[in-house]
Amino acid sequence: MAFFLETLFGGLMVGMLYSLIALGFVLIYKASGVFNFAQGAMVLFAAMAMARFSEWIPKWLGFDNKVLANVLAFGVALLAMVCVAWVIERLVLRYLVNQEHITLLMATLGITYFLEGFGQTLFGSAIYKIDVGLPKDPVFILENTFAGGVLINKEDLYAAAIAAVLVALLALFFQKTATGRALRAVADDHQAAQSIGIPLGRIWIIVWSVAGFVALVAGVIWGSKLGVQFTLSLVALKALPVVILGGLTSVPGAIIGGLIIGVGEKLSEIYIGPLFGGGIEIWFAYVLALLFLLVRPQGLFGEKIIDRV
Amino acid sequence: MLYRENGQFKASYRADQQIFPILQDRVAIGLLLVLVFVVIPLVASPYLLTAILIPFVILSLAALGLNILVGYCGQISLGHGAFMAVGAYAAYNCHARIEGMPLIASLLIGGLASTVVGVLFGIPSLRIKGLYLAVATLAAQFFVDWACLRLPWVTNGSSSGSVSVAGLNVLGLPVESPAQRYLFALLVLALFALLAKNLVRGAIGREWMAIRDMDVAAAVIGIRPVYAKLTAFAVSSFIVGVAGGLWGFVHLGSWEPAAFNIDRSFQLLFMIIIGGLGSIMGSFFGAAFIVVLPIVLDGLPYWCGIPIDTATAAHLTFMIFGALIVFFLIVEPHGIARLWSTAKEKLRLWPFPH
Repeated sequence: MAFFLETLFGGLMVGMLYSLIALGFVLIYKASGVFNFAQGAMVLFAAMAMARFSEWIPKWLGFDNKVLANVLAFGVALLAMVCVAWVIERLVLRYLVNQEHITLLMATLGITYFLEGFGQTLFGSAIYKIDVGLPKDPVFILENTFAGGVLINKEDLYAAAIAAVLVALLALFFQKTATGRALRAVADDHQAAQSIGIPLGRIWIIVWSVAGFVALVAGVIWGSKLGVQFTLSLVALKALPVVILGGLTSVPGAIIGGLIIGVGEKLSEIYIGPLFGGGIEIWFAYVLALLFLLVRPQGLFGEKIIDRV
Repeated sequence: MLYRENGQFKASYRADQQIFPILQDRVAIGLLLVLVFVVIPLVASPYLLTAILIPFVILSLAALGLNILVGYCGQISLGHGAFMAVGAYAAYNCHARIEGMPLIASLLIGGLASTVVGVLFGIPSLRIKGLYLAVATLAAQFFVDWACLRLPWVTNGSSSGSVSVAGLNVLGLPVESPAQRYLFALLVLALFALLAKNLVRGAIGREWMAIRDMDVAAAVIGIRPVYAKLTAFAVSSFIVGVAGGLWGFVHLGSWEPAAFNIDRSFQLLFMIIIGGLGSIMGSFFGAAFIVVLPIVLDGLPYWCGIPIDTATAAHLTFMIFGALIVFFLIVEPHGIARLWSTAKEKLRLWPFPH
């Protein structure tokens, strides 16, 4: 039982991190109808910027304070992500309004290649560390209930807490601010939003910047877990089934989908995996999402797809 | 002035339904066939054949297969690299386990195995649409990647899924030298291109296009979506499976599952988007573009004499490749095939503007 709970908690933590990446997909899809394959590259780019600037800034300015360096680096990385968002809107999205979904998807794949190449040209391609001071020591909980207790990684707990706070903040932003309302309006109907005077271009920059911010947070957390390297952009592939399981248009869907996938993945790897020879983690999430979509083609919380002739 | 159809009257339905109704087109195609089948194998250097022409021919075939599904039937797939893998490994199993199995039979069985897998993963398309389907097809990609690495019987027991073939021959003729391998791949491509062209302009092709344009409306006028979508998946994955077999047997010789990973799927999708969705010709253009571009980008600093270290060059290649893709999508979202047909229209009227 303790082992089961450990697996379950592990799955929930990983799921929370998947949700973080999935959130980026959902935000952009909601606001601009673009399925942003570049989210993974954005996570990588953001994490690289963070890692490198936290090394460079103390060297340039000549101080030796870890917290200050991290804060400054976070700020600079965020600025970089806003620039990326601005450039993408300015040079790519603006010219592809009203194109087919698949064309837009391909364009974001092009952006992916560009960002991966650009990031590695700028920041180098070695493995870097992000150290934001998350404690790494494991803790035992529920020691009274089970013999030996349940082992939990403290770092995961903090990461999950950060993710939860981020989601709450985003929810507030979307529900309570004027910009958030404008974003939701654009998501509902581009034309109607434009006709009441919401500037589409600016909204897109904002939403891509927010997605960049989410990517930065995801990149920092994943990066401090795994180290910042090229494979980080592949983590985004794991977030894709989360997105379609939860529904492309739903923020809560991204969270709950992430938890389901995280837990399902870990439990299946432990309990079903040995039957198939192990390693089923890489496809289990996809097959789960696929089977689920057979029942609900729009995902858990996605908008119902209505066909009209 | 030369490219004009004046005076070419059609006196029978047969003549009216030719693939190339204009005489000049037929002459051009004839000359092209002579060029690629006779002249190129004679004059091309082995480097040109193995590095550019053979990959181009085989990837054109794969792009053709994918184009049938995405361009004609409108079902997006990000899992076609996996179908190539299925074709390659199934063909390899036939080749390795059955003594004296003819190469062509192996390839066709590879194609059939790929068809089965393709239809299996195509079943969700009956309910899932658009981007949801695109992501769902990734399931095929990751599942097959995993199967090739972890299931020993898929790779005939070889470790890490790397396999190799040697001593290929077709009907007693060896397929060993670059020219022979090129000719064999080209022959397969020509046959499948003809087949595909005839399929898409026949009844089934029109059903696919009706489903693509609006599936509910197509169902209303009596087209069975189940049949149309699954046949598109079947035909597409068959062709892609054969292409996968060729890629393994004829181009690589020895390969491992990474040869058919998700990047391959994206690459195929790039080809048909850049070449032109819903166009047989576009598949060729797209394949040529995607095969030649990285080679040119890699060689450019070297030819210009700019000293640049390999890591930076690789990253720059990535950047330029991505930027060019985006640029192309912006300038011509309908692909090179559209430029081609525009050029032909203009040529018919030349030198008059209208």
